Amino acid sequence: MFEHYLNIFITTVFIENIALSLFLGMCTFIAISKKIDAAFGLGVAVIVVCLITVPLNNLIYNYILREDALTWLGIEGTNLEFVELISYIGVIAASVQILEMFLDKYVPALYNALGQFLPLITVNCAILGASLFMVEKDLMFTESVVYGLGAGFGWALAIVVLAGVREKLKYSDIPEGLKGLGMTFIIVGLMSFGFMSFGGITL
Amino acid sequence: MNLKRHREVVLNPLIKENPITLQILGICSALAVTNNLSVTLVMCVAVISVISFSNLFISLIRNYIPSSIRIIVQMTIIASLVIVVDELLKAYDYETSKKLSVFVGLIITNCIVMGRAEAFAMKEKPLLSFLDGLGNGIGYSIILIAVATIRELFGAGTLFGYEILPLISNGGWYMGNNLLLLPPSSFIIIGLFIWLIRSVKTEQVEEDDFELSEHSTSPDLTKREINV
Repeated sequence: MFEHYLNIFITTVFIENIALSLFLGMCTFIAISKKIDAAFGLGVAVIVVCLITVPLNNLIYNYILREDALTWLGIEGTNLEFVELISYIGVIAASVQILEMFLDKYVPALYNALGQFLPLITVNCAILGASLFMVEKDLMFTESVVYGLGAGFGWALAIVVLAGVREKLKYSDIPEGLKGLGMTFIIVGLMSFGFMSFGGITL
Repeated sequence: MNLKRHREVVLNPLIKENPITLQILGICSALAVTNNLSVTLVMCVAVISVISFSNLFISLIRNYIPSSIRIIVQMTIIASLVIVVDELLKAYDYETSKKLSVFVGLIITNCIVMGRAEAFAMKEKPLLSFLDGLGNGIGYSIILIAVATIRELFGAGTLFGYEILPLISNGGWYMGNNLLLLPPSSFIIIGLFIWLIRSVKTEQVEEDDFELSEHSTSPDLTKREINV
C-alpha cells in the first residue's frame, strides 16, 4: 500500500513534473525565478495550495459533479460535469483567500514570507492543472492527497533549480537580444530535456 | 471614433508588445499544444474568442464591479466563456478536443486573458477592449502558429497532416528531426524567436541586473616571480 503511494509521489515529482513535463504554471515560473529566495517562497506557497485544493476538488468531483454522484442524497441520473471548471477555479480562489486570511491572523511570520505570492497563485495554471489531471487520472481521495503534494513539490523543485541557474547567469556573456527572457526559455528547454530522462522509471 | 487608436490597439500586440515574447503572458499553453498545426489552430481560435469576449463583457460591467472582489468576478466570466468553448469543441470536433485534453480548461488560468482583463478592460470602453483582446489573441496565435509550423514541418515532414518533406521511412529523402516533436523543443524555438525579434527591435533588450567589470585581476602567470 505504502509503495503505491510512494510510486504516485515519485511519478508526479520526477516523471510527470508539472512544470517541466506538462508545462503548467509557466508564466509565474519564468517571471518569479530571478532570485532563489523568492522562488523558494513561491514554491512553498504552491505546495500548500496544491495540498489543500486537489483533495478538496477530488471530494467535490466524486460527491457532487460526477455522473450519478448525487445518489447519496437520493437523487439519481445527474451529471454536473459541465460546471467542473468553474467549481474548481472557485474552490481555488476561495481557498487561497481563506488561507491568506488565516495566515494573516494566526501565523504572521509565514504570512509575511508568503503573503505577496498568494494572489498570484489563483491564476497559476499549475494549481488548476493539478486538479484537472487528478480528474483525468481518476484518483481516490487518499491518492489525490499524495498527488497534490507531489505536484506542488515537483513545481517547487523545478522553480528553485531554475532560479539557481539564473542567479549564476549574471556571470556569463550572453548575446544582447538573448539576455533575460530569451536565455531563460532556452535554459528551461534544456532542463526539460533533462527531466525527460526520468521517463520510464517505475518502482 | 478615434480610428488611429483603434488600429494601434489591434496592431501593437502583434510584434511590438507581443504577449508571449515581451509581456511573459500565456506561455503555459503555448508549449504543450504546438506539435501539430491543426490542433494549434483550434487552440488559437479558442483563445482569441475567449480573450476578446471576456474583455468585452468585463469592460461592459467595469463600472459595477467592486474592486475588492474583481478577481473572482473576472474569473467567473472567463470560466463561463471557456466552458462554452469547451462544450462546443466537444460537440463539433471531439477528436481535437481529446488531443487538447486539459489545455482548453487551462485557458481560464491563461494569464493573457486575466492580464488583459485586469490591465485593459477594467479601464477602457467596450469596443476598444474587444479590439485589444483580438490583437493580443492574434499576437499569441502568431507565435503559436510559427512554432507549430517549424515543429511539424521539420519534425514530421508534414503540414496539417499532408506530406511536404517526404520522410525516408516512406521512401522519401527527409530524415525527420524527432527532437522537434518533443515538447521541450518549443521552449528553445520560442527562445530563438525572442532573440530574432529583439535583434530587430533593440529597444526590447533587457538591461543587465549587474555590470561585469573589465578583466583586471586575472593573474599574469608569466610575470610572477616564484619564490622557492
